[in-house]
Amino acid sequence: MDMDSPRTAVSNPPVQPMEPNLTERDLIARSATSRLPAPARQLTPVAKLIDVSKCIGCKACQSACIEWNDTNPVMEENVGDYTNPHDLTEDMFTLMRFTEWVNPDNDNLEWLIRKDGCMHCADPGCLKACPAPGAIVQYSNGIVDFVHENCIGCGYCVKGCPFDIPRISRVDHRAYKCTLCSDRVAVGQGPACAKACPTQAIVFGTKDDMKKHAEERITDLKSRGYDNAGLYDPPGVGGTHVMYVLHHADKPHIYAGLPDNPRISPLVQAWKGVTKYAGLAVMGLAAAGAILHGVFARPNRVRPEDEENAERLVDQAERGPREDA
Amino acid sequence: MTNTENFAPEDTIRPGRPVTVGRYGPVKRLNHWITAACLILLALSGLSLFHPSLFFLTGLFGGGQNTRIVHPWIGVVLFFSFFIFFVQLWRLNLPNRADVQWTAQLDDYIAGREDRLPELGKYNAGQKLIFWGMAFFIIVLIGSGLVIWDQYFGETTPIELRRAAILVHSVSAVVIILLFILHVYAAIWTRGTLRAMIRGTVTGGWAWRHHRKWLRDLAGRRRIDPAE
Repeated sequence: MDMDSPRTAVSNPPVQPMEPNLTERDLIARSATSRLPAPARQLTPVAKLIDVSKCIGCKACQSACIEWNDTNPVMEENVGDYTNPHDLTEDMFTLMRFTEWVNPDNDNLEWLIRKDGCMHCADPGCLKACPAPGAIVQYSNGIVDFVHENCIGCGYCVKGCPFDIPRISRVDHRAYKCTLCSDRVAVGQGPACAKACPTQAIVFGTKDDMKKHAEERITDLKSRGYDNAGLYDPPGVGGTHVMYVLHHADKPHIYAGLPDNPRISPLVQAWKGVTKYAGLAVMGLAAAGAILHGVFARPNRVRPEDEENAERLVDQAERGPREDA
Repeated sequence: MTNTENFAPEDTIRPGRPVTVGRYGPVKRLNHWITAACLILLALSGLSLFHPSLFFLTGLFGGGQNTRIVHPWIGVVLFFSFFIFFVQLWRLNLPNRADVQWTAQLDDYIAGREDRLPELGKYNAGQKLIFWGMAFFIIVLIGSGLVIWDQYFGETTPIELRRAAILVHSVSAVVIILLFILHVYAAIWTRGTLRAMIRGTVTGGWAWRHHRKWLRDLAGRRRIDPAE
């Protein structure tokens, strides 16, 4: 069996040797790189599925993420909210966002908990916006990863991202976000957060398997009265490799502002599309035109009679002050 | 002295064969070249992040991280140097009736038939276009540039504004580079112009041919250097 990607986060890593995974030859996109060689093989697309209805808000995923990535988020003040730290940071790649929401249909208070983090878009806005060759890469299994040694810290990825995920470190001026544990997946292990989740609210496997699993969960939720339960795999960004099962999939925004219909902003598309290509063409043509015209066209020269006229004018004017004296 | 003078305080005629006319003093020339150097460095560093095929230009600044650091600071220097330039030059760049006619007869200018054009003061409409265009786009570029200066102003504005700012910044940069090309081209095509910004003077014939009203005003006001 071709086991190029782990099928679950629960099992222990494979004991048999594995072919190296997620290398340069598995790239399907590389930032600021136009001629990328075709990948040598197609890895099985993977996905993380987060079932918000099964989440108990324990933050084991956050702890596991900190542990595996060896980050050290600063302790923050309690401002009367379980969300801690208060936002994603360069040291906190995933964050439980807690929302108290009153369901207008039945006046019930619902405590919505969503594990926020990189969605690993099939059409990644960060990668589109990035000006540094190879600072953002996309593997054929769907993982979008930041390559920090190529990052220049400009913050363009922040503007490209429809989910407000990347954070620029104030220490080393490089962008950070969830890697989907690419360094674990490459050796046959599932992401740390999924491995740590005590309720299996976070599961990991092939994207097809995760969609099937989501269907079962949605059927179950519907049978329990959540008529609008559904899968969040937004088509505006070509689908994502982190998906949610939402019990209110008709209104994703209630889950701490999850975008209803995310897509790369038209402003970013215009900047990275027509502006980039038309701009370069216009500047190049203007420069080439100026040089050609400068070489071949007749310059505007001052003629000897111009100098004579100026001398005459000045002579006449000079006579003026002497009359005063 | 009225405020409708058509020349700057340091503009003087130095009689001789040929006549020379002081056009820019040392302060303005120094300021011009600081601004020019900044604009060139900004164009190179900005273009390196504008299109992947130009990323190699970051090598001139010591790599991508250094380019990202240095670009905004050069912009700040340019803003202030151009601001001083603007204060010194804006009055003589106000448009007037002659500019309308000059623009309408642009083909005569390009064909070198300047005797058919109205006599001009210190600047023609093309030079005024460069001046006001530069001023306008420098303000747009510094404004949008501050919004996207991630290191200091990263999260101080809403994300949609930052996205709009980066689009405005890149479009404005393209326009100002076009203005820059036009400016350099015109200064070279119109022979005898460059020395105004290098030595500070032009020949009387240059002034007679291109800015006759300016020359007449200087002569009429007897702004003739008696030492020569």
